[in-house]
Amino acid sequence: MNLDLAGLAFDAGGRLLVRKTLAGLPPGSTVTVTGRDPFLTLHLRAWCRSAGHGTSTTPDGGVEVVTGRRDAHRWAQAERAGEPGTVTRRPPGHWGLAARGALLEAGGPDPAYDLSDRDVVWADLAPRLYAQAAASQWNPATAIPWDATFALPADIEAAVVQIMTYLVENEQAALVIPARLLTRVHPHFREVVGLLAVQAADEARHVDVFTRRALHTGGRMGSSSAGGRASLASLLAEPDFTLASFLLSVLGEGTFVHLLTFLDRHAPDPVTRAVTRLARADEARHVAFGVAHLEHQSASDPTMLGRLRAAVERRHDVLIDTAGLNQDVFDALLLLAAGEWTPEALGRGHLAVQRLQEDMDTGRRRHLSRLGFPDDEAAELSALHTRNFM
Amino acid sequence: MTTFTMGAVAYDPKVVTIWDGFRAWLTAAGLPFDYVLYSHYERQVEDLVAGRIDAAWNSPLAWIRARRLAEARDLPIRALVMRDTDRDLATAVVVRADSGITAVGDLRGRTVATGAVDSPQATLLPLEHLRGCGLQPGTDFTVHRFDVGVGLHGDHVGGERDAARALIAGDVDAACVLDGNHLLFTKEGVLPSGSTRLLTTTARYDHCNMTVTGAADPALVARFEELLRSMSYADPAVRGLLDLEGLTSWEEGRTDGYDLLEAAVTASGFYDATGAVTAAGYRP
Repeated sequence: MNLDLAGLAFDAGGRLLVRKTLAGLPPGSTVTVTGRDPFLTLHLRAWCRSAGHGTSTTPDGGVEVVTGRRDAHRWAQAERAGEPGTVTRRPPGHWGLAARGALLEAGGPDPAYDLSDRDVVWADLAPRLYAQAAASQWNPATAIPWDATFALPADIEAAVVQIMTYLVENEQAALVIPARLLTRVHPHFREVVGLLAVQAADEARHVDVFTRRALHTGGRMGSSSAGGRASLASLLAEPDFTLASFLLSVLGEGTFVHLLTFLDRHAPDPVTRAVTRLARADEARHVAFGVAHLEHQSASDPTMLGRLRAAVERRHDVLIDTAGLNQDVFDALLLLAAGEWTPEALGRGHLAVQRLQEDMDTGRRRHLSRLGFPDDEAAELSALHTRNFM
Repeated sequence: MTTFTMGAVAYDPKVVTIWDGFRAWLTAAGLPFDYVLYSHYERQVEDLVAGRIDAAWNSPLAWIRARRLAEARDLPIRALVMRDTDRDLATAVVVRADSGITAVGDLRGRTVATGAVDSPQATLLPLEHLRGCGLQPGTDFTVHRFDVGVGLHGDHVGGERDAARALIAGDVDAACVLDGNHLLFTKEGVLPSGSTRLLTTTARYDHCNMTVTGAADPALVARFEELLRSMSYADPAVRGLLDLEGLTSWEEGRTDGYDLLEAAVTASGFYDATGAVTAAGYRP
């Protein structure tokens, strides 16, 4: 076979033509390369040497290239990292960060991912939820009417600030948990990794907008109770992916969806309404993944319900001596629902907060039933959920 | 069992990665192997001939000195193996594309840039080639040496790159560059494609080899050779190391590719016939 580079220099594009010509040839094939560039022989011979090809010079000044085995050897033990559209049950660690379906040269690192079993991390809903999450991102600078003018009575403003302060610390926990988990998930399950990443990004945005609302009128942040932080610390202490997902997404965020709905309804100003409404939509998505993931797992793991129950009971025992919900937060919720300091209004507020807690309980029981708990057990477990809501 | 010890020169941090990796592979294959690092080739060669190490991963210049030292002591010495990439190299003497220099004879009275004083490929060999063309370095033309990494026998590419830069800057009239490095420098932009013209090229020569002497245990030498030659680029356990060391396969050692360098060493007075260092101003 002959390849004439004409006036094209090897270092000015000729290399590509040579590579393309040699690419499909079996080892031992010969190609005579000719051309007019004075550096051609020098460059071609040097390149062939490093690429594992042999060379000799022809009587008319051309270079005869004999293809080597280097490329064939490099890819001899290569394998596909599965198929792009198929999720493998147990992807091996050495597939590592490679794209699903990529051709892997043998010999790379072999990292250990402790979450590498499809039945532990996967949910069939994950690809759709990821697409929805990516499409639902909102810009805090434009989605919130920060320029809207309003003036609230000092007590109502203080209640809003207290609730925002409480929300921030809860969202900090909700940020850290998926961020920690995603580093442990095998990248083969990229939709799950993506969902956890978006979840963490959602929470970062919530922390941001809740903080900005708290400081919007120039005051200081509210209080943070020891019991509230203890409740969140017990959430962070759960190392098991399934149990952490259950406690955070199904029970915690599931409860928070009701809280954010309540705040949207009783928000005294447009900024509070917007931040809680937008956050609520994100949290609902997190709950959907948590439930879908656990449904997927319960289908293959008959011990799962027992482990979920034990996790709730364990957390309840840990928190039994803590105060639960910050009293300042509870009072702030009541005042927001009341809207004013009249006995009638405060009575209405009290009823509204009671209804909120009933709604939270109903929601938790519904999720628990969906996972397979009988009604009485669902009611019992819901009652053991942290009084801190998250 | 006695450990088979090889010397290598630490011209780059990657040398540790390479020989740590090979050491693990060789010992796993049953050869009690270790390596020691040297800061320059002269001490490595002296230790080889003194029997303090069993093998030396030598530059071509180190091979010349080792051979002269050993033969002066009647000590058998040979090139055990070499990389496939150590065979048939060439050095180009290039000028700027717009230069009025069109023939080697035009270098008379001009300045030629080279690499470090002890670089076979960027100094000794091309200067010997020009001698063969009838031009005496330092007499017929001025040699502008770029002494980077002296003692590393040109393994450090810095001097050669500086010579190329000086050519493009117009500080010198010609520069001596290894074939593969000319290609590298065009890619780096040091010598943009089309910026230089090829004036002349040396004959082909060979580069490094694994040198052993008759003082080493023949059985261990044979096993070392056998294992190196058996390293396959298809084996993922060594492929990364072979890539780092710049080879596809270990080949049989040969010494007929060092004739030009032997002549260069003699003509330049770098070493004497017994291997003593006689190069003026050479301080590794």
